[in-house]
Amino acid sequence: MQTNIKVEVKNLTKSFGDLLVLDDISFNVTSGEFLCIVGPTGCGKTTFLNSLTKLYSITKGSILVNNEPVNLKKHNIAYIFQENSTFPWLTVEQNVSFGLDIKKVPKDKKKENIKEVLDIVGLYAFRKYYPVQLSASMVQRVSIARAFATKPELLLMDEPYGQLDIELRYKLEDELIRLWKKTNTTVLFITHNIEEAVYLGDRILVLSNKPTKVKESIDNHIPRPRSIVSPEFVKLRNRVTELIKWW
Amino acid sequence: MSKNENKGPKKKSKKYILISIASVFLFLFIWWLYTDVFKAVPANALPSPIKVISTFFIKFVETKPEGATMLQHIFSSLQTTLTGYAIGVAVGVPLGICMGWFDKFDMFVRPIFDLLRPIPGIAWIPVMIVFFGIGLMSKAMVIFMTALIACVVNSYSGTKQTLNVHLWVGRTFGASNLEMLFRIAIPSAMPLILTGLRVALAASWSALVAAELLASNRGLGFMIQQCRVIGRPDVIIAGMITIGGVGALLTYLLKLLEKLLLKGRKNI
Repeated sequence: MQTNIKVEVKNLTKSFGDLLVLDDISFNVTSGEFLCIVGPTGCGKTTFLNSLTKLYSITKGSILVNNEPVNLKKHNIAYIFQENSTFPWLTVEQNVSFGLDIKKVPKDKKKENIKEVLDIVGLYAFRKYYPVQLSASMVQRVSIARAFATKPELLLMDEPYGQLDIELRYKLEDELIRLWKKTNTTVLFITHNIEEAVYLGDRILVLSNKPTKVKESIDNHIPRPRSIVSPEFVKLRNRVTELIKWW
Repeated sequence: MSKNENKGPKKKSKKYILISIASVFLFLFIWWLYTDVFKAVPANALPSPIKVISTFFIKFVETKPEGATMLQHIFSSLQTTLTGYAIGVAVGVPLGICMGWFDKFDMFVRPIFDLLRPIPGIAWIPVMIVFFGIGLMSKAMVIFMTALIACVVNSYSGTKQTLNVHLWVGRTFGASNLEMLFRIAIPSAMPLILTGLRVALAASWSALVAAELLASNRGLGFMIQQCRVIGRPDVIIAGMITIGGVGALLTYLLKLLEKLLLKGRKNI
């Protein structure tokens, strides 16, 4: 079991001045796992991811990836943000190529990866377009393609579908599952949408209100593809809802 | 997608160009009425538009009264302006970007820059004469100071306005600080940098007349000054129109460059 751990979060504490946001959080993520993190709005989910990637400094505790402190140059991590993070001055193709350029991937390999991910997200025909010429969902798919193109060992997603309507969300969620299965990436998916968490995750980590602690970790063994109206799905969704209730 | 969207406004603008042309003609017509028909002002104060237009064309071949043709003046003025402007851009843009990106460098340079910033370009004339004498260099340096400020200010704010989420993307992919500067901050600052170039060019061209008040024997500013002394308002006005026209042309050329460099961005 020990060798299989991808991410180890130990006693993670983060405060901004006097405001304690993350309070002594500990959990592990297994390699290849799809972990959904849910919690009430404003509970510090984003702060957690930003601490993991060192965009914020940690107040106390540690986050280990492959048993060592996070090193963004060494560990292959990709992050998909809630807001549009595509570069407006680059075409779809150039955007997807960005991570590969930074990581100095050889040209042939780069071309191959770009073609592969663009095919999966259905944007190959639009590879010469600029983000401003695309719809919101297409732009988010560019971000997803950019992240997967580097074949990350760890993929962080911060409410990537928060801005999209239901139909598109279903579509992109299935797309994500397809990509995840194909690449064996470990995914940390943050959302406040309980249904989404139950639909996607192998495991659901429920966080409490601020100061945030881990309330419960729930394994999700519902076979895929999942149906959102099956009794077991509804049961699990209700259970998570009970845990999270902030109203 | 946007290809079709672009067609509409373009067609429209062609149609409305007539309105703009009409405004110019109306202006000339009123001017003509005022000077030639009603003779409301003496010709040595405000010459008629016909006189000004004919002087404008005559000046392209005639060196009289001040000693050079219009093209020679334009060339001389452009040389002065573009020399100062080019140095201003070459120094100002990198300086602004560095101030925007490296905090310590910003702290180091800022006190001096804040002191220089409010000084208008023409206030540099006396000191530049002392430093560089009365050649091309002193005038170019006045223009340099003018262009520098606009370039620094715009490049600085462009770099500062880089979106955090863009930087985070670079950071999580493991980009170094310099990679983030060249691949993210500078491209994202490009629209404002180019605005800076345009503002700087317009300001440089305007500072020209003032710079040419320095003893000179060529240039549009010189031509206007000379003809004020010898009482030739038609040449003065023809010179002013030329200054306006060349300025507009320069701005237009930079606009084209902007369009070329900012492919894919909004609002162009």
